[in-house]
Amino acid sequence: MAWFKRAKENISSDSQKKELPDGLWEKCPSCGEIIHKKQLEINHWCCLKCNHHFRIGSDEYIKILLDDDSFKEINKKMRSANPLNFVDTKKYNDRIEDTIKKTNLFDAIKTGTGKINNREVAFGCMDFKFIGGSMGSVVGEKIARLIDRAIKNKIPLILISASGGARMMEGALSLMQMAKTSSRLAKLADEKIPYISILTDPTTGGTTASYAMLGDINIAEPKALIGFAGPRVIKQTIGRDLPVGFQKSEFLLEHGFVDTVIARKDMKNTISTFLDLVS
Amino acid sequence: MAKTILEFEKPIIELEERLTQMKRISNDLDIESEILLIEDKVKQLKESVYKSLTRWQRVQLARHPERPYTLDYIYLMTENFIELHGDRYFKDDKAIVGGFAKIDEYKVMIIGHQKGRDTKSNVYRNFGMPNPEGYRKALRLMKLAEKFNKPIITMLDTPGAFPGLEAEERGQAEAIARNLLEMSRLKVPIIVVVIGEGASGGALGIGVGDRILMLENCWYSVISPESCSSILWRSWDYKEQAAEALRLTAPDLVEQKIVDRIVPEPFGGAHKNHEEAALFLKKVIKEELAQLIKIKPDKLVDNRLEKFGKMGEWIE
Repeated sequence: MAWFKRAKENISSDSQKKELPDGLWEKCPSCGEIIHKKQLEINHWCCLKCNHHFRIGSDEYIKILLDDDSFKEINKKMRSANPLNFVDTKKYNDRIEDTIKKTNLFDAIKTGTGKINNREVAFGCMDFKFIGGSMGSVVGEKIARLIDRAIKNKIPLILISASGGARMMEGALSLMQMAKTSSRLAKLADEKIPYISILTDPTTGGTTASYAMLGDINIAEPKALIGFAGPRVIKQTIGRDLPVGFQKSEFLLEHGFVDTVIARKDMKNTISTFLDLVS
Repeated sequence: MAKTILEFEKPIIELEERLTQMKRISNDLDIESEILLIEDKVKQLKESVYKSLTRWQRVQLARHPERPYTLDYIYLMTENFIELHGDRYFKDDKAIVGGFAKIDEYKVMIIGHQKGRDTKSNVYRNFGMPNPEGYRKALRLMKLAEKFNKPIITMLDTPGAFPGLEAEERGQAEAIARNLLEMSRLKVPIIVVVIGEGASGGALGIGVGDRILMLENCWYSVISPESCSSILWRSWDYKEQAAEALRLTAPDLVEQKIVDRIVPEPFGGAHKNHEEAALFLKKVIKEELAQLIKIKPDKLVDNRLEKFGKMGEWIE
């Protein structure tokens, strides 16, 4: 082949800088492709070029995974009581207020019931954009109540995690939410009700070390960061670079901690099939 | 080993040293009245220092290198201890120890984090930071206790679960999560005692039980003050403020309705007198055991679930 013929793909015209109307276009953080929001949405918020799974929130997951208009939210307005009156560089109260205004969410998880291919499920989905998807008293209590609902209605439980871990601003009370949710899951298991844990980018810390790892099956989205300690801390501890792909979904699959890695577009049908097989 | 003196203990130690010197020469000189005066001063100083410890000072006491560790308490409180090793999957984690033992009339399973006292033993114990196999060993021993219907006592004292590459490969998160779930439904009494540092998930991984006790000078929280400072203040220099903000001492945790009871320590901290510290702890453990063994297994599990179910504060 002539040396002047490009082996690599041409720089495409649509990835060049141009005036973009605000809020209509998204840039893929992985390959840099500029994609129209409508296109992204149709493609389940995955890059059309490299299949990068964009970080999305509970509203998007509800649209992708649940049957149209089937979601009924419970405990919608539950919010943090700021039990420690925590202050760092900012007051925790202000942080909560600002985040509620900015995100239109009350805390880092939405819970309720909905349908997946006509099957009733108890459904919870975390929002990373609410203080890093951190788990405090509200997240713990909402999950505990969701599990109670699953037990009462005898319906499967599905939890989607996206979280940096336990919320520092509620101290030991956040830590105890790990025990609270895990102990409630023990009760769900005793009732022989299926629980599917879906791990998305990122799922780390106390969230991974409690409900996210305790699914009857654990499903990860491709290339999501999943772990206990954060990569930066581990790198500092061991004093050398981390291998490529460390703590990614595929790494966890290889080491036996997730059952399967499923692309977002296939997620709904995989869940539905699994629930059918165990029912 | 050289004695470790914390910054806020220095004035007391200096005064005590002066007192010792004066006593040595008091045979030749008539300084009896001066000695009495200084003795009084030492007492006053101690009272004022130890009765108004800041949260950060308590964190320092919790980490005191001469503080009794799990094996010290086991040797001082129990008889016939047989240490049991290994998780049966991978290896024996030296950062968690455990085995059957007798506390007077009670036969129990006793499990705890174990730190080392010097560089060599700290490397051996991995500074009390368990790997997944440590949590899996603990769970194996707890299931043994359940099988033979023996109460479980766990002792928490860790700077955290080990944040290493292999720990992640072997599923640190899964190991801790599994313990939380399984401990919540064990059909024998579980007493949890925070004896030093209760650092986050690494501590909680053996910390689900029917009674949560905490020694006077310990800390227990979701993160260490140093790490909290580095994340929220983006600097390591705000550890004192972070310790205050996290409200991580025993009285704080009683207020937060997490800890049921504070176990007193010898005056000045458990490191001042290991025997006395163990005696205090043994007394409390025996009292709690006497209560717990009367409760039927199913009721015990229900109560435990309810106990953790109530933790947290929210607005509806």
